[in-house]
Amino acid sequence: MLAEFLQYLFTGITIGATYALVALGFTLIYNASHVINFAQGEFLMIGGMATVSLMGMGLPMPIAIILAVILAGILGVALQRLAIAPARQASVVTLIIITIGASIFIRGVAQLVWGKEYHVMPSFGSDQPVRIGGAVMHSQSIWVLLIASILVVLLVLFFTRTLIGKAILATSMNKDAARLVGIRTQLVLMLAFMLSALIGSMAGIAVAPITFTSYDIGIMLGLKGFVAAAMGGLGSGVGAVVGGITLGIVEAMTAGYISSDYKDAVAFSMILLVLFFMPRGMFGSRVVERV
Amino acid sequence: MLNSLFQSRQFGLLVLALIIIVLPFGLQNDFHYDIAIQMGLIAATVVGLNLLVGFAGQISLGHAAFFGVGAYMSAILTGTYGWSPIPVLLFAAVVVGIIAFVVGRPILRLKGHYLSMATLAVGFIIYIIINNERRITGGPDGISVPSLSIFGAELNVFNDYQILGMTLSGTFLWYVLAGVLLLLAVWIAQNIIDSPIGRALRSVHGSEVAARVVGVDTARFKSLVFVISAVYASIMGSFYAHYTGFITPQIASFEHSIVLITMVVLGGMASTLGVILGVVVLKLLPQVLADFQELEMMMFGLILMLTMIFMPKGLLPTLQGLARKYLRKKPEEGV
Repeated sequence: MLAEFLQYLFTGITIGATYALVALGFTLIYNASHVINFAQGEFLMIGGMATVSLMGMGLPMPIAIILAVILAGILGVALQRLAIAPARQASVVTLIIITIGASIFIRGVAQLVWGKEYHVMPSFGSDQPVRIGGAVMHSQSIWVLLIASILVVLLVLFFTRTLIGKAILATSMNKDAARLVGIRTQLVLMLAFMLSALIGSMAGIAVAPITFTSYDIGIMLGLKGFVAAAMGGLGSGVGAVVGGITLGIVEAMTAGYISSDYKDAVAFSMILLVLFFMPRGMFGSRVVERV
Repeated sequence: MLNSLFQSRQFGLLVLALIIIVLPFGLQNDFHYDIAIQMGLIAATVVGLNLLVGFAGQISLGHAAFFGVGAYMSAILTGTYGWSPIPVLLFAAVVVGIIAFVVGRPILRLKGHYLSMATLAVGFIIYIIINNERRITGGPDGISVPSLSIFGAELNVFNDYQILGMTLSGTFLWYVLAGVLLLLAVWIAQNIIDSPIGRALRSVHGSEVAARVVGVDTARFKSLVFVISAVYASIMGSFYAHYTGFITPQIASFEHSIVLITMVVLGGMASTLGVILGVVVLKLLPQVLADFQELEMMMFGLILMLTMIFMPKGLLPTLQGLARKYLRKKPEEGV
């Protein structure tokens, strides 16, 4: 009984940590530019796929991972420079379609380069499963949790301790005022996309040994990240993490105790319930609408 | 004089009617007809969606679900239970209207990205149910649908029909039906736009707070247009199911919802002819790109992205703007 519960709980926290990282990526970009980046999931895909193929070329794993993360970072900057920046005046729906176009494009390229089949990535450490209180965990789960925790701590430090982090926060609060005090907001936007891509790709690499990876895994991971971000309240870092973990646990419990066919439906029902009662998510800011 | 003719809504309807009448001369085989018929049915759906997105300024990322519910209700009630297609179609429309009303009320209070999220969630839940309830819906493998019959007369693409001494193929009759449905859909949409409801909707798009201040019951109008656009989707879904004779959960999927809203935005929001152009382009593009095989997906994404970056208002409004500038009929102004 307890072992079973723990098993689902650990599975949920592992996948939830991934969702949290995707949601943090959404949050970063949303704060800086008020754009919902539907290509967010593709950063995860690029991270996992690039690592696998670089390792296939004979590079040692750490080097392959670093190169894959850099590749994703470049992609993030390119996305902002080439697709988002030129369309600054576009409406919300148009921007959504642009990022969806970008995600289809990236997926198309990935399919061309890596084919349609699933790719397997080895675990970071040993393949021995870990036993905790009767529950059996994939050893990679520990890595996922470790990496997610480190990234969250680093992000907190980045935003509270560094000048660049504070510049991003200032831009998200009031772009014009930020520009007045000499912050180069265009640079900040680029940085936000880059950071978001870095976090996304690391999340993608961390889960790849558990879930496998293929050109189209970004769609669902991206959507779940969006659910987590909206549940926590768009723009809230704490909300993204809480939303992600909650979503992961609820999903795993549903899959375990009720039906795995309906685990996705539960995620989407949950976001509806949250929005019915808290139209700005759990940690969303109260905004007074100016007319 | 000429200018006012161009501006009038009847003109647009006339142009559309002419295109529908002339088009068969250019259609060479059943495959061409098939694409044209699908375009007509999808275009009618998108005209309904445009009322919500283009005129009321609300986003829906789950509209294909309503299309799917209409299609599946027709498939199941006519196929499994042997009901008559047209009453089923109307019954499905009522059911979808009620679903849209019930979920629309709380959802439409949300704004911007939260509204996109909520509509996406509703769409996904419906899709997952259709996909999983194998015993009723056939699951991912799909379900076959009986042909459409009106007062006992069956309309089947494989049959030939004697009408007024002419032999007409079932495919051609379906083309006529799709054309009539599209014209009807546009005509009804334009009447809604020109009615007090339409004016209220546009005021919601402009500024919801301002609309409320002058006494527009914005919540009522938003949920009304949500229901109308859902009913459009349901009816066209039913026709689509009867036409293709076989449907899969794919028609209710998130991807299909994205295709539908892309048609609206690509063609030109708030322009009825524009969104129809969007349907034509998005339906033809895969046919053209099919020659590129492996490059298809990449090129599709690229074209989508570039069009929206350089023509954020959509194809038709941008082309109209260019034409107007060229002819210098009128100084450029924001509409």
